Order: sequence, then structure tokens, then C-alpha cells
Amino acid sequence: MLSFILRRLGTMALTMLCLTMVVFFLINLDPNLKKLAISQTEMHTSAEQLESWLVGHGYRQNFFARYGQWLGIVPKQPVTDPATGKPAQRFSFCNDPVVPTFSGILQGDFGCSTKFKTTVASKLFPALSATGILMLCVLLVMVPVSLLIGILAGMREGSRTDRTLSVASIASTATPEYVSGVIFTVIFASWLGILNGSAASASQGITFYNFTLPVMTLAIYGIGYIARMTRASMVEVMTQQYIRTARLKGLSFGSVVVKHALRNALIAPFTVIMLQFPWLLTGVVIVEVMFRYQGFGYTLVEAAGNNDIDLLLGCSLVSVFIVLITQLISDVGYAFLNPRIRVQ
Amino acid sequence: MQVEYIGAFNIVLGVLGRFWPVWIGLVLVMGASFAYKKRLGLYGQLFDSGVGIVGVGICLFWLFTAIFASTVSPFDPLAQIPIMKDALPGGIEPKSGLAYLFGGDKLARDVFSRMVYGSQIVLIIAPAATGFALMVGITLGLPAGYYGGKIDTVLSFLANLVLAFPVILLFYLLVTPGIMDTPIPYAMAGLFFMFPIIFFSVLFWTRYKNRPDRLYILLGLTLIIGGWVYAGLVFDVDPFKIIHIDPNQLNIFVAVVFASSPGVFRIVRGLVMDIKTRDYVAAAQTRGESPWYIMLWEILPNARGPLIVDACLRIGYTTILLGTLGYFGLGLAPESPDWGTAIKDASRLLRSFIHPALPPTIALMSFVLGLNLLADSLREQSMKD
Repeated sequence: MLSFILRRLGTMALTMLCLTMVVFFLINLDPNLKKLAISQTEMHTSAEQLESWLVGHGYRQNFFARYGQWLGIVPKQPVTDPATGKPAQRFSFCNDPVVPTFSGILQGDFGCSTKFKTTVASKLFPALSATGILMLCVLLVMVPVSLLIGILAGMREGSRTDRTLSVASIASTATPEYVSGVIFTVIFASWLGILNGSAASASQGITFYNFTLPVMTLAIYGIGYIARMTRASMVEVMTQQYIRTARLKGLSFGSVVVKHALRNALIAPFTVIMLQFPWLLTGVVIVEVMFRYQGFGYTLVEAAGNNDIDLLLGCSLVSVFIVLITQLISDVGYAFLNPRIRVQ
Repeated sequence: MQVEYIGAFNIVLGVLGRFWPVWIGLVLVMGASFAYKKRLGLYGQLFDSGVGIVGVGICLFWLFTAIFASTVSPFDPLAQIPIMKDALPGGIEPKSGLAYLFGGDKLARDVFSRMVYGSQIVLIIAPAATGFALMVGITLGLPAGYYGGKIDTVLSFLANLVLAFPVILLFYLLVTPGIMDTPIPYAMAGLFFMFPIIFFSVLFWTRYKNRPDRLYILLGLTLIIGGWVYAGLVFDVDPFKIIHIDPNQLNIFVAVVFASSPGVFRIVRGLVMDIKTRDYVAAAQTRGESPWYIMLWEILPNARGPLIVDACLRIGYTTILLGTLGYFGLGLAPESPDWGTAIKDASRLLRSFIHPALPPTIALMSFVLGLNLLADSLREQSMKD
């Protein structure tokens, strides 16, 4: 088991290395750098001035050298101040070193956000914790509701409850966040007026009034999917021999479901819930933009829209990490929950 | 000047009336399908269940809407008629006397016509992109599942690499105006559009290599048609000027194919690993058939059930992806009538007007719902066999 986890961690590190390099390459394409230079300098700058800004801030160094600096395996070079000829900070607002130092991801330095004029870490981590709260609320709503729907539908395959709940879950998987968000806002904020259509105030304090809509919107898309998986798993379990045995020895239907079926039926949904995180991540971006909630997704959109290189790299690193770690947890957890599977 | 309005009943009547070519098409196709459902195989079986009928109905409805968009929609989706700015549903445009059935948006365009034209964009890009993703996924998934070993390791690693990207990040990196100045989208298009040509060439070659008369015709046709489409799509040098794709749309197309082909790859690989242990594969191996013959003519036809179901779901998912792109204003032109862009524009103004937001959201939802119902019913029918 341990060697399996270690091997998986190794693959994970390799994947992250490859992915960050791809992201690094795509963000640093020439048109993107030009766009950054234009947004960072005054209006009406000539092509030469843009070029000299890029050179002056170290964006024209060799690709691998820069990637190494970002990673922290190549010392970060200070830039030369053209006026004095002395080494200077690259961006004054982030306390960049004036002597060559190893300062990259491996050392815990995420770099410098050009859009927010601060270090990436001081922008990214508060945003992540804000999103963490949102995610927690969503999971607290999504998991119990979807498991309940799935179990109720799968308990008696083909019954009217099953048909109704199945169609409802298909409908919910057909409703992406930007659709359900609009519909919920129209119903609950515009018509009924009982909920707030914006979660901007949730950064100060979360209330039922401003936080329900984002949570509902995010949860609804996942509920259908998890419920369907739970139903399929439940249906399969209910046809097993040991369920029939339990029924035949005279147990009531309810106690068969609760005592014998549930434990086995919930193994598959666990994997599905874990693998749901990458989808939630996209949903988070949509919902945070739609309801103006200052979290990770909002930061990602700001970073991408303004070509904020280091911030976007930080965001990609975090999101790729989340995707990979949930995959790992789902594999390991599956082996734990299901005694029939032993990892070689 | 004051805009006059028609009542709610007349709006419903007007909408139903505008869709007249769609109703005729629906009645003809559904009626014919019902009459001949015994002879139509899997498609015919769909008409045995209510879910299947509803699914087929919704999909056909949007298909016909896309085909007859210019007849159904009363106005040009891009035309702005200033007096109709933010008009409520049922406002009558004074010059033509026709009503803005679902009202006007903030740029004074007809919401109804935009919704109808939006279906065209979705129904062209989503199935086509899914088709290409299937080709890429199948062509790579077959050898990965069949041979296993190093090929499998490398291809699976690459697929997992793409799958580990959150979709939204991938789009922010791949679908930007800046990237159109670089050769990257064209290189990727060049790579992806090769796969159908390779797929069909190998398909015909393995089957007919001992029958040159058939082989040369089929291979020649594949290469000529494939090469023609390829030249038109990738290099935009179609000699007949028929096949043309906007650089923007090419970019979206490539990004969507890129994002969804690893999923197909994984499914195909899993199916192949299951099917290759069957007796008929062993029989073919004993007969001395070539590996690619076995993959394409023994394994693939037996994997078609799950693949068709997946394709249906995937078209729906691609529709959602296109909507996401529109919602973030990536790739598509800002005035484009597609549903995602319309939802984005309308959702910013929900506080003052809700009518421009509802038609595109309901359209998108119903189309994806139709595809999902179709897929669900297909799965149930194929399980019965």
C-alpha cells in the first residue's frame, strides 16, 4: 500500500511539473507578454518602450531559466536599474531580492501579482480560504441530498419514486451553473425577493440571505450526477444474494436497506464524490463571478483577464494540485472501503 | 413614440406559429419513425419508452430550429432597432408590425430571433467537435487498450495530464485573442483533423487490402474528401471556397476537441481491455488477422453501444462547455447570438430586466436535457439485449 501511494505521489509530481511547464509556456507566449507590458506601462507607449519594459523586468530571459527561477531551482536574478546600473528589485511592491537568491515555489515564494500589486501568496491564500468555506457549504448540502435521492431511487428499481427521482436527477445534470444561477436569481431574488442575488457582502459575514444562492447553484449540478451513481450502485447491491438471504430470513425491508445494503452501496459514490472536485472547481469559477464572491475562482478570472503571470501560475498550481490529490484520495479510499480490492 | 404590446395569449400563439416549419418536420419524422419503428433497430426501440420519445422529440426540435432558423426568426439576430431597447415581451416593432415575442435586449435586438439563431451555432459546433473527439479518442484508445505496455503508459499519462487541467483554466489559456497570432491553434487543428483521415484509411486498408478494386476507390475517396476538408479547415485554402471556418471558431473547436478527447480515450481504452479477452478476438488472432483489423473490425463494432451513449452525453456536455465559453466571453464574437453569450449579457442586468435571460437559459437547458434523456433511454434499450 505504501509503495503504491509513493508511486502515485511520484506520478503526481511529474504530472504537476509537466502541467506547470505547459501553463508557463502558454502564459508566456509573445502576444500575452505584449498585452501585459501594455497594461503595465503608461498609455501610448511605443514598441521599443514595451520591449525595454519586458527586458527590464526580466521577461526576456531564456524560457527554461525563467521556469527554473519560478520553480526555485535557478537563483532569481535581480534586474538592473537602467538609471543607476545597480541591481534593483523587479517589482518594488513585493520585496523581491536584490541579490541572486533561490526563491521559487519550492521555497514557498509564489511570485508577484502585477494586477493586485502585491505578492501572490497574500492574494491567493485568503481567496482560497473563502472558496474553502463555499465548498464546505456546498458539500454539506450536496452529499446528503444526493445520497438520499440515490438510495430512495435505487431501493426499488422501476418504481414510481425511482422514475420521478431519476428524471429529476437527469434534469439537474442538464443544468449547468450559469443556467441554474440565472433561474434561481430570477425566482428567489427578483420575484420573491427573499434572497440576495449577490454574495459580495459574504466576504464580511456569511448569512443565509447572501450565501444561499451560490451554494444552491453550485450544489444542484453535482446532485444529479452523484444521485445517479448512487442509484446505480444501490440497484446493483439490491440484486445481490445476501440481500435476498436477509429478506428471506424475515428482516423488514427497511432494516435490510439500512443494515445490509447501505454500507456496500456507498463505496462507489465515495469515488464519484471525490472525482467531482474538478467539476466543482469550474463551477466555483462561474458561481463566484456570477455572484461576485471574492474567492479563488474570482481571482483566477482576474488573473487570466489581466494576464497576471505569477498569479495565474499560482492558481493553476493550486487547481491542478486539488485535482490530483482528490484522485489519489479516491483511489486509496476505495481500496480502504472495499476489502475485495487489494492494491498490488 | 410608445411601443404597443400584444397580450400573453398572443405571445404564446405567436411563438407556436413562428415554429411552423419545425412542427411540420417533427410530425413527419416522428410519424415516420413510429410507423417503421420495428425496422429501425436501436433507434426504433427508443420509441418504446416515454423518456426516449421526449428525448428524441427535444433533440429533433432543436435540430429543425437550427435548420429553419431563417424562416422561424422574424428579425435579424444582430439588427438593432433603437425604439425596442429593453422592450418587454410582446412589444410590436412599428415598422414591420411584427412583435418582439420575447422582448428586446439592452442593445435593442430581438431576444427570440437570437435564441433561434443561437441554436445554429450550438448544433454545428457541438456535434462536430464531439465527432472529432470521438475519432481522436478511438484512434488512440484502441492501441492503448489492445497492446497495453509502453504505448498505454505514455498515452494514458498524456490523457491524465489533460484531464488534470480544470476545464476553465484550459480555456482561459487556449482560447484567447492573443493565441491566434501564434501557430499553436493551427498546429493543434492540423494534428486533430489528421485523425479522421488516418482512422478511415486504416479502416478500409485492413478490410480490403486483398481486394484492390474496392480498396483504391474507398482509400482515394477518403484521401480526396479528407484532404479537401483538411485544407479548408486548417489552411483555409479550399479551392472551391465552400469549407471555411473563422479563426475564432477554429480556436474554440480545437479547444473543445482537446478538452473532451481524453475522456473518450479513457472509455475506449477500458472497453477494449474488456472486449479483447473475448473468444471471437482470440479466434481472429488464431486466424492470423492483423492487430489493427482486430481492433477496428472485431472490437470496435462490439464497443459501439456504450460509445453511442457516451457520444449523446458528450454532445450535451460540449453544449455546456460552449455555453461556459460564451459566459466568460472567450472566443466567440461579443455580438454572437449563441446562448452562452446571451446568458452572460442578460445575467448582468437581472436586477432591472429578467426577460432577456430566460429564453437562452431555457433553450440550453432543454437541449441538454433532451440529449441526456436520449442517452439514458439508449442505455436502457441496449441493456435489454
